[in-house]
Amino acid sequence: MRKLAALILLCLPLRLLAAELGYPLDHSPNDPRDLVSLQSGARTFVNYCMGCHGAQYMRYNRLTELGLSEAEIRDNLMFTASKVGETMKTVMPPKEAKTWFGVAPPDLSVVARSRGADWLYTYLRTFYRDPKTPSGWNNAVFPNVSMPHALWGLQGERALAVETAKEPGEHEREQYKWTQLTQGSETQVQYDATARDLVNFLVYIGEPAASSRRAIGIVVLFVLGVLFIFAYLLKHEFWKDVK
Amino acid sequence: MASRLMALWNWFDSRMPSVGEQWRIHASEYYAPKNFNFWYFFGSLALLVLGVQIVSGIFLTMNYKPDATLAFGSVEYIMRDVAGGWIIRYIHSTGASAFFIVVYLHMFRGLLYGSYKQPRELVWIFGVLIYLSLMGEAFFGYLLPWGQMSYWGAQVIVNLFGTVPFIGPDLALWIRGDYVVSDATLNRFFALHVIALPLVLLGLVVAHLLALHDVGSNNPDGVEIKKLKDANGRPLDGIPFHPYYTVKDIMGAVVFLAVFCFVLFFLPSMGGYFLEDNNFIPADPLKTPPHIAPVWYFTPYYSILRAVPPMFNSQFPGVLAMGIATLILFFLPWLDRSPVKSIRYKGPYYKGALAAFVVVFLVLGYLGTEPTTVWGQFGFDAFFLDTKDRATWVARFCSVLYFAFFMLMPWYTARDTTKPVPERVTR
Repeated sequence: MRKLAALILLCLPLRLLAAELGYPLDHSPNDPRDLVSLQSGARTFVNYCMGCHGAQYMRYNRLTELGLSEAEIRDNLMFTASKVGETMKTVMPPKEAKTWFGVAPPDLSVVARSRGADWLYTYLRTFYRDPKTPSGWNNAVFPNVSMPHALWGLQGERALAVETAKEPGEHEREQYKWTQLTQGSETQVQYDATARDLVNFLVYIGEPAASSRRAIGIVVLFVLGVLFIFAYLLKHEFWKDVK
Repeated sequence: MASRLMALWNWFDSRMPSVGEQWRIHASEYYAPKNFNFWYFFGSLALLVLGVQIVSGIFLTMNYKPDATLAFGSVEYIMRDVAGGWIIRYIHSTGASAFFIVVYLHMFRGLLYGSYKQPRELVWIFGVLIYLSLMGEAFFGYLLPWGQMSYWGAQVIVNLFGTVPFIGPDLALWIRGDYVVSDATLNRFFALHVIALPLVLLGLVVAHLLALHDVGSNNPDGVEIKKLKDANGRPLDGIPFHPYYTVKDIMGAVVFLAVFCFVLFFLPSMGGYFLEDNNFIPADPLKTPPHIAPVWYFTPYYSILRAVPPMFNSQFPGVLAMGIATLILFFLPWLDRSPVKSIRYKGPYYKGALAAFVVVFLVLGYLGTEPTTVWGQFGFDAFFLDTKDRATWVARFCSVLYFAFFMLMPWYTARDTTKPVPERVTR
């Protein structure tokens, strides 16, 4: 018990550091019906994320739902697995990852459900150069994150300056000034689209059944609506003689 | 065909007449008041949700693994690889919240129409026991997905027992079966959730219904329909439960299921209230989440717990307040001194008190889901301000009102002006 209390106390300052400074989240424009976007997100995920992160509850062959054939999945998306029925595990051993990064990179199967699409979309687009951190990278929505900017080749390097502006009669407001240090291979518009597609994919693997859930839901509600008509008429018929 | 079925029934009935007899006692010849309104749907709906939870729970246990290393993954396995698994899981998670919504509305009906008053005190007491068992059932069940909120929620609640003077630490250890919430805790909570408490709940529901059918149902007028009977000994204002209320409740059940399915298929997380966001992070004993909030149905009591400041270096006073806040419900039949049952004939004191109670319960419920800093801090300092969080002071004010509703009830119900109760029920 005492050991646990000590551990909790140890975590406390870290927790305060990690507390969000209140960087405003951008609205994620991801669309779960956009298959092209989902496929592009899948490609980004296997190329840039899966070196460190897995999606251990997601099976490769389920990606056929995104309009891909099993052969296409095997040829384009599977680098580490041999069978298409396997789950999307990372090859990085968690123990070694921990020594490299300080924390083992979390599994991303349900990250969209814990973080939300807006957070992920903002997070992926707000990495900046920071010489004070071990990796040389920092993030506006997740300060002092252990993860370096995996997509920096696409976005390029950026710097962030935070200024606290206080207008008379108002609360202190932080203003964020971004400057582009080096150009990436994508323009800002292209990079935003890449981030959107990746978030779209993460939202999809967070709950692959979501689209069939909504489709079935419409049918179920329709059936219940019809059932209600009969239930109402039945009740009405019996209650006619209650004075 | 019909005569064949009749012959089969006669064969059965002559060998086991008690089945038909029970059916008559509890359905076809159970006379219920004819003036039940909207609020009287929630009893049968609670029974429906209980059935839904038991059936969906049985299917979940077929694939769930009560093991600290496998539990989180097995839930995701159910959500992805088990055919129809996501529906079963969402039925069960939505059902948990629906159970509390229905039960809270059912209890509110009791407060509206004085259903707890003589001669229905035992009906009410069995009902409160059901409510308390349901809280236990929900608490044990919430650990099973083994997410961060499952883990730390259980840690916080079990630690509450640790604050009991003298026996506290041993008591908490006995509940957990380990020094921290662990695999041993998960296993025993699983056993309690799938076997022990469902059995208790079923037994209590039977007792609740038997006690009700012995004395007869109350109604929105608070009139005892058994006082006036016709030549055949049937209450003048009563109608047989079957078929009249069975068909009416079927209609209510369809409407309820439509709302239930809307949530299930379109808002299964209910914006983080039915399935909390943090519970999609696997339990990590070394990482405390910044904000631990119980699920919404516990939050009024959690608010009361947080509102009480620690005394003598102990959180026990808060735990005690929370315990009393639930146990005080048992005494309701004896706290209400009003000569009438229904709010229709009660006076402004009770109406005002009940309205205030509803507001207070909702405010406490809301505040329990948020950190105490949600409404900012007072801009000034004073010696009596042990905390400057505005929300804590609002919660304290509401907690006092919560207890005042019960404690002052003998006083304000005895002095209230009441209207004369009619002989017969009104439509």
